[in-house]
Amino acid sequence: MSTAPHTAPHSATPPSAHTSAREVLLRGKNITRRWGGLVALNQVNVELTRGQVHAVIGTNGAGKSTLINILSGEFPPSEGAVELMGQDVTQWQQPRRARAGLGRSYQRNTIYPSFTVLENCRLAAQATHQRAWLWWQSASACKVSTGIAADVVARSGLTDLQNLQAGLLSHGQKRQLEIAMCLATRPQVLLLDEPLAGMGAEETDRMLTLLNELKADHAILLVEHDMDAVFRIADRVTVMVNGSVIATDAPDAIKTNLQVQIAYLGEH
Amino acid sequence: MNIHSKSIFVAACFGLLAVFPLVAGNYGIDFVTKIMVYAIFALSLELLVGATGLVCFGQAAFFGIGAYATVLLSPQSDAPSIALLLPACVAVAAAYALVVGSLSLRTKGVYFIMVTLAFAQMAYYVVHDTPLGGGTDGIYLMMKPVWGSVLDLDKAASLYGFTLACLVLVFGGLAVLNRSRFGRALAGIRVNEQRMRATGFSTYPYKLAAFTVSGGIAGLAGFLFAVKDGFVNPEMMSWHLSGAVLIMIILGGIGHLRGALIGAFAFALLQELFKSEAIFGAFAKHWHLGLGLAIIASVVFLPSGLVGLPEQIKARLMGSKNRGAAQ
Repeated sequence: MSTAPHTAPHSATPPSAHTSAREVLLRGKNITRRWGGLVALNQVNVELTRGQVHAVIGTNGAGKSTLINILSGEFPPSEGAVELMGQDVTQWQQPRRARAGLGRSYQRNTIYPSFTVLENCRLAAQATHQRAWLWWQSASACKVSTGIAADVVARSGLTDLQNLQAGLLSHGQKRQLEIAMCLATRPQVLLLDEPLAGMGAEETDRMLTLLNELKADHAILLVEHDMDAVFRIADRVTVMVNGSVIATDAPDAIKTNLQVQIAYLGEH
Repeated sequence: MNIHSKSIFVAACFGLLAVFPLVAGNYGIDFVTKIMVYAIFALSLELLVGATGLVCFGQAAFFGIGAYATVLLSPQSDAPSIALLLPACVAVAAAYALVVGSLSLRTKGVYFIMVTLAFAQMAYYVVHDTPLGGGTDGIYLMMKPVWGSVLDLDKAASLYGFTLACLVLVFGGLAVLNRSRFGRALAGIRVNEQRMRATGFSTYPYKLAAFTVSGGIAGLAGFLFAVKDGFVNPEMMSWHLSGAVLIMIILGGIGHLRGALIGAFAFALLQELFKSEAIFGAFAKHWHLGLGLAIIASVVFLPSGLVGLPEQIKARLMGSKNRGAAQ
């Protein structure tokens, strides 16, 4: 087993020795979110580095999705700050963060069912290539967006299905398309909210292979309930309970962490 | 219906409209001119409701402002120039839409519906209660616009042709827009605005642009209506008309340009049908009731509108064929 897990309450920041040699792309500092009297997130720190999959696990209501929503700019934190590639983006709206390199996927499918697979990705690619003076230009005539879309469709293994209406895809293929749409915005950071939800074993394998390929160029935050998958792919794991971080460490260390076992995995 | 069938259908409709004056009398020409104006008006709302997912309940304000601008900006003694008056009316309606949109688009759902209604009612009371709009009596357009010696909209046939040309241009323009980068972004906003924002689209400017363009098109319809009738009154801005145009696109089928076209024709024809004393006798006085029932029936039995009717019939036939095979 590696070093003892970092178990200080309210802190998910890994020891600096872990990250100093790596490029930190996204940093959440002391993030707190209150909904009236309810504290959904309590002084959470998180760092995402290029080349790593950082999994966040916890029971329902632990604050995982709230964390993703705050990091992506869906709503602001009550306290704390978000830094994207060294720049404070706490006050930035979500679209600006997305254009700056922050991609996210949702728990539920958010694809455009009446568009084809390629059109879904082309629309996403268009976000980083908006040209107000070309408003009239046919979407399919935009070579840049189409090129990016074709590239991410291929990378996600959906080339054979690119002309199929997205609504007709299987659940697993829709989740792949979600990731492809994320990639079409050319992100540096990927915030993935339960990308494996509802997938079969084969589809999960395919998705994990894709995420493994992606992690070389991206910093990935993975919120996931499938523990087998998490421990297969994650380089770091953060465990959340009731809006607070109880541990952040390497997967093996998390498995043997007594506090985590009691709070989340169950004491055996 | 595939894209070729749709194109052929629309081309056939415009072709029929083009030859209609050759066989119709004055009443027919006037009636179809009115329907084409309504079709342009319905297309303006289709851009908001069908393409962008914004249910505006104050579209009559832009229509009425276009109509009032036509009268108020026309000189008393000379025939106004179409080349100046038409863009001015469209611009005034679009400018009001820009103001309304910039505020109302900060709200969502039912609040958006109510805010657009409130802005329309404000415009209504401005022309209803002030000398500017002539009060409940309305105001007359003294001279119909002309384009040099080429076009005189005082002639019913010229107005018919001009309205048809406007309809074709608006329809074609919106068809191009729907396939454009801008149109695809609007479609994305309609389906899932949250996703569009997460992808990197600042959705507010897109919605505001759509709202403004929609207001301008409604203003064009208002201009044509004022020119056709030579008269404007506050009822052109009332919520009844905003509701009527919404019913037109529901009747035709939301999300389809040809739905707006079909809906405008269906609505006007149903209105005429239920008003007909020859058919309904004394009950024709209560034509609102008949029209209302017809609309309720169409919503119940044609959930995709009239544009969905062929598919619905096809599905029904296939279903009965499959049941027959199974037995």
